[in-house]
Amino acid sequence: MSDAILDKITGIIAEQLDVESDAVAPEKSFTDDLGADSLAIVELVLALEEEFGIKIPDDQVDSIKTVGDAVNYIKTNAEADSSN
Amino acid sequence: MTERKVAVTGTGMITPLGLDTEQTWAGVIAGRSGVSAITKFDASEMPTQIAAEVRGFEPTNFFSKKYIRQMDPFIQYAVAASYMALEDAGMLEDKPPAERTGVYVGSGLGGINTIERTHLSLREKGWRRGISPYFVPALIINLAGGQISIFHGFKGPLMSHVSACSTSAHSIGEAYLAIKYGRADVMVAGGTESTITALSLGGFAAARALSKRNDEPTKASRPFTASRDGFVMGEGCGLVILEDMERAKARGANIIAELVGYAANSDAHHVTAPSPTGEGAQVCMRLALEDAGVSADAVGYINAHGTSTAADAVETHAIRQVFGAHADKLQVSSTKSMLGHLLGSAGSVEGALCCLALARGVLPPTINLDDPDPACDLDYIPHEARRLEVEYALSNSFGFGGTNACLLFKRAP
Repeated sequence: MSDAILDKITGIIAEQLDVESDAVAPEKSFTDDLGADSLAIVELVLALEEEFGIKIPDDQVDSIKTVGDAVNYIKTNAEADSSN
Repeated sequence: MTERKVAVTGTGMITPLGLDTEQTWAGVIAGRSGVSAITKFDASEMPTQIAAEVRGFEPTNFFSKKYIRQMDPFIQYAVAASYMALEDAGMLEDKPPAERTGVYVGSGLGGINTIERTHLSLREKGWRRGISPYFVPALIINLAGGQISIFHGFKGPLMSHVSACSTSAHSIGEAYLAIKYGRADVMVAGGTESTITALSLGGFAAARALSKRNDEPTKASRPFTASRDGFVMGEGCGLVILEDMERAKARGANIIAELVGYAANSDAHHVTAPSPTGEGAQVCMRLALEDAGVSADAVGYINAHGTSTAADAVETHAIRQVFGAHADKLQVSSTKSMLGHLLGSAGSVEGALCCLALARGVLPPTINLDDPDPACDLDYIPHEARRLEVEYALSNSFGFGGTNACLLFKRAP
């Protein structure tokens, strides 16, 4: 995955959760480390969907707990989408 | 049951005349109008194109920017005003006990900005992308108080009274009862409103309730005049900190005024018009005096509901019925002549102004009183504020649906 995509994801997370970009590291938990509640996660998912033109089903959202989970999900699915 | 006395020990305001209590007070005492052409939406198709808008509010002075998306402006105003009111009361650093501190903050219409905006985005993008997960908590009325309790950690009673233009007077009155009868020691009380939107302003315009004096905005809110032609919509927030008098004294608080009387009743007459003789208003004023055990002759100042509508004459008549010969000695004014009508936050801003008037010995004027209506024949403190010490001040609020609230304040001991 290119740095450009990672930068984009980091930027969206920082903006949505109102945290510094430096704090957005792969191992960080959205709820435990970045102060997100369940509503903030829904909003974040919508922002990521809009940016990357994908749809993250609700049952998949529950498995995205860290920044790394989100990056991996987008990497897999955005690439799958673009290869179609 | 022991009845406790209730002190007012803090105020917080965001109004068309300023972003805090002191700016608002200075504007009111200078007789300045907060009314101008509408900037918050395109009103060019509306019969009314003027309002009293809050200008220059910067939410990030009070909370981080992520909350802006999560709260309709009426809630943002309330959270901001709560910080100012608590600071004024000396309670930001030295917090009152959480379980004994409650929040009664209401609104007339709530998050109508958010409803309008979201309805448009629902039509455009569908529900999944069109509706924010924060939609409901951003707009429901009780989240104004709810956010205040969350931001400050207050765990006492939390409720929102909704009674149109009487909303925030009822909120203060009910909070007074909570302290009087020992349910809480400290209450954050008042109302907040942000309704300068196409749907809301259009709705009041459809009811033919608004002034159309678009070419003279600062003259448009002109209570008690022969040429008044409807109210001017305003927005903002007014909160007070009410406190058990003994607690306030014990901690050496600055007691701005004492809240000594409150009454609530209804007209049972019409959805928008008051009963023609102002019977409901009369009874409400009498009940507030009775609650305080104060004779009508002791009242020096009335902050009238005075909306710049036909109802001004009804209120005038009601005051004459209640106060008899003393009505000619009363000082009465409508601060709506300057602030516009803040709807669900009108009663609390006006109640707080009564407290400051008592504390500072200055009574706010009624501006634009150039051509008094013969049916409005009291001393309305025309044009200029008046320096006068009074012992008791009454604040009247009457709302759509025929819902009335009167608050009686006493100069601090």
